[in-house]
Amino acid sequence: MLAHGSGGKLAHDIIRNSFVSSLSNPVLAQLDDSAVIETGGRMAFTTDSYVVQPIFFPGGDIGKLAVCGTINDLAMVGATPLYLSLAFIIEEGLPLNDLKKVVSSIKEAAKEAGVTVITGDTKVVNRGTADKLFINTAGIGTVPAGLNVSGHNARPGDRLILSGTVGDHGIAVLSQREGVNFATELKSDCAPLNGLVAEMLRASDNIHCLRDPTRGGLATTLNEIAEQSSVSLRIDEDKIPVREQVASACEMLGLDPLYVANEGKLISAVAPEDAEKVLKQMKKHRYGRDAAIIGEVKEENPGRVVMKTGLGTTRIIDMLVGEPLPRIC
Amino acid sequence: MCLAIPVRIKSIDGTDAEVEIGGTTRKTSLMLTPEARVGDYVLLHAGYAINILDQAEAEETLSIFAEMSKLMEGK
Amino acid sequence: MKLVSEFRQYDLADGLVRSIRQYAQKPARFMEFCGGHTVSIMKSGLRQLLPPSLTLTSGPGCPVCVTDNADLDKAIALASLLDVTVASFGDMVRVPGSRSSLQEAKAAGADVRVVYSPLDALSLANENPDKSVIFLGIGFETTAPTVAASILQAVEMELKNYYVLSLHKLCPPVIKALLESGEVNLHGLICPGHVSAVIGSSPWEFIARDYGIPCVVSGFEPLDILQCIDMLTRQVVDGKARVEIAYRRGVTREGNQTAIGIMEKVFTHAPARWRGFGEVAASGLKLRPEFARFDAEANFDFNPGPTATPKGCLCGEVLRGVKSPGDCTLFRHVCTPEKPAGPCMVSAEGTCAAYYHYGEKDVR
Repeated sequence: MLAHGSGGKLAHDIIRNSFVSSLSNPVLAQLDDSAVIETGGRMAFTTDSYVVQPIFFPGGDIGKLAVCGTINDLAMVGATPLYLSLAFIIEEGLPLNDLKKVVSSIKEAAKEAGVTVITGDTKVVNRGTADKLFINTAGIGTVPAGLNVSGHNARPGDRLILSGTVGDHGIAVLSQREGVNFATELKSDCAPLNGLVAEMLRASDNIHCLRDPTRGGLATTLNEIAEQSSVSLRIDEDKIPVREQVASACEMLGLDPLYVANEGKLISAVAPEDAEKVLKQMKKHRYGRDAAIIGEVKEENPGRVVMKTGLGTTRIIDMLVGEPLPRIC
Repeated sequence: MCLAIPVRIKSIDGTDAEVEIGGTTRKTSLMLTPEARVGDYVLLHAGYAINILDQAEAEETLSIFAEMSKLMEGK
Repeated sequence: MKLVSEFRQYDLADGLVRSIRQYAQKPARFMEFCGGHTVSIMKSGLRQLLPPSLTLTSGPGCPVCVTDNADLDKAIALASLLDVTVASFGDMVRVPGSRSSLQEAKAAGADVRVVYSPLDALSLANENPDKSVIFLGIGFETTAPTVAASILQAVEMELKNYYVLSLHKLCPPVIKALLESGEVNLHGLICPGHVSAVIGSSPWEFIARDYGIPCVVSGFEPLDILQCIDMLTRQVVDGKARVEIAYRRGVTREGNQTAIGIMEKVFTHAPARWRGFGEVAASGLKLRPEFARFDAEANFDFNPGPTATPKGCLCGEVLRGVKSPGDCTLFRHVCTPEKPAGPCMVSAEGTCAAYYHYGEKDVR
């Protein structure tokens, strides 16, 4: 169990025992106040905080989420992720074993993605002032010169390619919440997407936009792209892949899979001439097996997302209104 | 609020049942449908089964839809 | 998903649509009473498939929306009492009362919990003997039996700290009030599917008999609603109003006698205030005297304060079917789902919310 530490031997022991030995690399092992690394050229830099509740869920935990989420933010601008920082705010009383499990997940996720955790921090706070564990991250990566992947760049005619099924993460996390009564075999889709993105960029120079639809779901991200790029998006309900277990859980809870969080999916806007090529490449990758072209970018009615329903009628897909599912990431 | 969905009864324990739809399972009360049996389909609303569904009628309705499609072809 | 997926085979829609077009030669207005039907219609863009001669108008079938501010104020006042936990269905929590909402009360320190079932409230009461757990009883005849059952369970569990604030309402009396007012000219009624699963189709017979209006009980899938509309248009053509059941897999003429029995064992009829209608006789459910110990109104000392309704809010007219959300000056400009002026914009089955979220205005 972790007692309130304020920088003395106890905190030092936590750091050394739990983190440094597990995530060992030459930079971290220095235990300097800052990590000094050499890198050049165009950099991408991102930060995020993770407060998911519960911290352990089917398919992952807060540690895996923190690493993948940060890597994905970098990957969405076409960056090759390199280094991460990790800062932990730990609630007094968190079992050491839980912390060790989280650190082990972090190690595994970082290894898969090929990134190194080079600097970190831990604070222990009084019981009741942090819910078990909060993690803050920052990540840096390199972006090749001339590459311009951005939410602002979707162009009329582009095809919208979704990398796989939607709603898995949100439902998996929700199934573990206190007081929510439903059981499912669903696992979170939490995954690092830098490998998939690298394949996509290899297949085409005309990938205009990449976004990962996390909080608020695919619908929210589509609206953001439409807004940022001043275009409208037209999607086809029949083309959006949804697992049966996600669909049925949503029916039970009165949720719409389009608004449920994902942590291992991306939506891309790709020039029409390259769409099939990119799709084919994505389907070869373990995180793109269920990829599908779900729609296209249009010029008229900028800012709007319109969906063709299974009935052949059309309707608007609005931004998420009200709160998204709380503390899903 | 009218949200009620068809679920299948997997098992019964007293007045409670474990129900399932599309791979998602839940506990439900059968207080309002005490005659429901394992394998029955019920309407789940607010944690209770509010009625037992008639599968034969469901098939009948679907065949009405199919009939209508054939009948109206080309009209 | 069995009994769901088969009803989403949308290639079957075409035959129904053609049949409707064939029968709906004269202009006709049908009302879908139930909020769940409104949402299904809006979400599926069903109107785009119907001939221009048919108009669909939404009715007062959203139990959240028809809850009067005075009643919601009671719930908020109760929530603010010491050692009280108010358990409520999610929808009600953001609805604005005269001065506040349950959500705002929660932010100010009240213990308000969102629950999916009255069973969750029973558990809360069981696990927290030092707290009084008050379940906010909102809903029509679909929900009232579940709340009644929970009270019977509370009796069996000998719970001393479980209460219900009953704001439950009954559908047939308000439909009668709507028809009596003569404000809306209806040629058919799309009858609520899950209310009918409980009470049966017979309670709607007075509508066909006394008002000559065709009635068809409908399921909630777009195909179900199309079938219902087809059956209504045929009734309009043959001129003999009656009650038919389209939703035959879920509804019978007699309904679920066990559920009705439990509802009537615990509740008795009482007058109730409906937003948009004022007081409607025998349209509410009140706990019977033998269950008075579970009645929140009888067991707590609370002051809901004076009632107020926002200026310009047309919820009442929308609920009576005489105005459409677009007719309200507040719609979209001042009244949005984040900052609702009235419940119709906040409820998952609210007409204004459905029009806002799925509105077809800008779609080509």
